[in-house]
Amino acid sequence: MIEHFLVGLALLLGLCGGYLIARSRLRGKRSERPQEVHQILLPFTGTEISRRAVDAALRLAKAEQAMLMPAYLAAVPKQLPLDCAIPAEAAKAMPMLEAIEQRATGQGVAVDARIERGRSYRHALRRLLGQESFDRVVVSAGATGAAGLSGDDLVWLLEKAPAEVLILRPGPSDESRVAAA
Amino acid sequence: MDRGHYKIFLGMAAGVGKTYRMLQEGRAEQEAGRDVAIGYLEPHKREETSAQAEGLEVIPRRRVVYRDVEVEEMDLPEVLARNPELALIDELAHSNPPGLEHGKRYEDIADVLAAGIDVYSTVNVQHLESLNDRVAELTGVTVRETVPDSVLGTADEVVLIDLTPEALVERLRTGKVYPGENVDAALNNFFRIENLAALREVSLRQVAEDVESKRLTLHLDEPLGTREERVAAEVPKAVGERILALVRPQPSSQRLVRRAWRSAQRLGTGLDLLWVKAPGKPIAGEEERQVTALRQLASVLGATLLIEEHDDLVAAAARVVRERGITYLMVGESLPPTGFGRLREPLPQRLMKATPAGVDVRIVAHRSNGEERND
Repeated sequence: MIEHFLVGLALLLGLCGGYLIARSRLRGKRSERPQEVHQILLPFTGTEISRRAVDAALRLAKAEQAMLMPAYLAAVPKQLPLDCAIPAEAAKAMPMLEAIEQRATGQGVAVDARIERGRSYRHALRRLLGQESFDRVVVSAGATGAAGLSGDDLVWLLEKAPAEVLILRPGPSDESRVAAA
Repeated sequence: MDRGHYKIFLGMAAGVGKTYRMLQEGRAEQEAGRDVAIGYLEPHKREETSAQAEGLEVIPRRRVVYRDVEVEEMDLPEVLARNPELALIDELAHSNPPGLEHGKRYEDIADVLAAGIDVYSTVNVQHLESLNDRVAELTGVTVRETVPDSVLGTADEVVLIDLTPEALVERLRTGKVYPGENVDAALNNFFRIENLAALREVSLRQVAEDVESKRLTLHLDEPLGTREERVAAEVPKAVGERILALVRPQPSSQRLVRRAWRSAQRLGTGLDLLWVKAPGKPIAGEEERQVTALRQLASVLGATLLIEEHDDLVAAAARVVRERGITYLMVGESLPPTGFGRLREPLPQRLMKATPAGVDVRIVAHRSNGEERND
C-alpha cells in the first residue's frame, strides 16, 4: 500500500516538474515580435518629428498589431566612408528614438528602432527599404524642407517603396512636434 | 640581436613641436655620450627646429626621381650601414615613392629597429588609421597618408607633445609654423581653434588609451607579487572607464545600447556590446536580422559588438570584463523568475560575484510590453 502511494507521489512530482520546465521554456521562447510580423516604417530626419505622423503610425501599428520602426536618416558626407561612426548624428537621433519609444510603449506598440546612414536622406531610405520589409511607410510632409526629405524624395518614395505610403500633410494649426527633451 | 628602443612623439597638428622635441632629446642623448644621427629631418624651414639639429650628424638623403620630379628621401641602406646607436627619423607616416625598399617610412623604421638601432620618430594624430575618419568628421580635412594604429602599439614609448590651441595659433601668427604668405590660409582652414581643440582631445585620448592598453598588457603578462605592487597596479584602474553592455538580438536591447552609449559619452569612454550565444546554434531568421541591426547600431555609434559562444553567460561576461578592462557592466532588467528560475540567484548578483572587485553593475529597466530575460 505504502509502495503504491510512494510510486504515485513520485509520478505526480515528475509530472509537476515536467509541466514547470515546459512552461518555463515556453515563456523563454516567446518573442517580443508579433507572430505574423507587420512593420510600419516611420522615417525622420533632424531633431523633431510631427506628432500627427507619430500618432498616426502608432494608431496603425496598434490596429494591425504591427511593429513600429522609427528610423533616423543620417546623411554621411562624401569624404567619409559610408560605414563610419557618426556620433554627432547619433546624439541627435537617440533622444528622438527614446521619445518615440516612450509614446509607443504607452500605447502598447512594440518598437524596433534604426539609425540608417546614406549619402543623402533618400539614399539612407533606399538602403533601409532594401534591408527590411514594410507594410506601410508613414512620413510627414510637414517635416520636409531643405533639411529633410524633399518633395522629390516623397515622389520617389511613392513610386519606389514596396509598401503602402502614407504622407501626412499637417493642418495649419498643427504645430505639435515630438522633439528630443 | 635585440630590437631597438622605439619612441614616438605624437602631436595634434603640425607646429606643436614634435620634431623640435625629438631633436632636443637626441641632443641630450648625444651629450650623454651616445652615438646619435639624423636619419631624416623635415625642418619645414623653421628656424628653431633647424637650430636644434645643429651639432647632430645628418645621414645624407638619397635623390629619387618620381613623376619627372627629383625628390629627397631617407636613405635606408645608408642608415643601416652607418649603424648609429640612435637614429632620429621624422614623419613616420610619410609615403615613399615607388621603387624604394618599402612603401611607407614606418616600414623603413621597422628595418632600422630590427637592426638593433634605437629610433625616435614623429607623427600627427590624424595620420592614425582609426582616427582618420573621426578627424575628418571634426575638421573636414581628410588626410591621405595614414598608418595602422598598430604602429603606435609597437612603440616602447609614446610621448604626447601638447600645446593649447591658442598657443599653437599664436605660434602660427608669428610665423613659427608656416611662412608668412601661408598663415592666413592656414588660420582660416585647418588651424581654427575648434578644430585644434577637437584634435587635442583626440590626441589626449589616444595616448591615454595607449597607456591603458600597455598597462593592461603588463598586468596580464606580469602578475605582481607584493601587496604594495598590487595596490600600485590597482590605483590607475580607476582612471580609465570602459563600459560593457550585455545585449541580446532583440529590439528591446536597443534601449540598453542607447543608455550605455549615453553613459559612455558622458564618461568619454569606449563602449563594448556583448552577446553570449549558445554554442553550436546557428544564427538564422529573425535572430540574424536582429544581429545585423545590432551590428549596424554598433557601427553607427563607434561601439564594438562582441559575440561569444558560451553556455554560461556569467562566465563569458566575466572573462570579457577582465580582458577588456571593463569598469561598468550594464544589463537589461530581468523579469521576475518563474519555475525553477526562482531557485537561481539573480543575474546581477551572479555578475557581481564573478567580475573583479570595483566593476559596477547597472540594471537598465526596459519599457517593452513583451517578455524578455537577460539569461
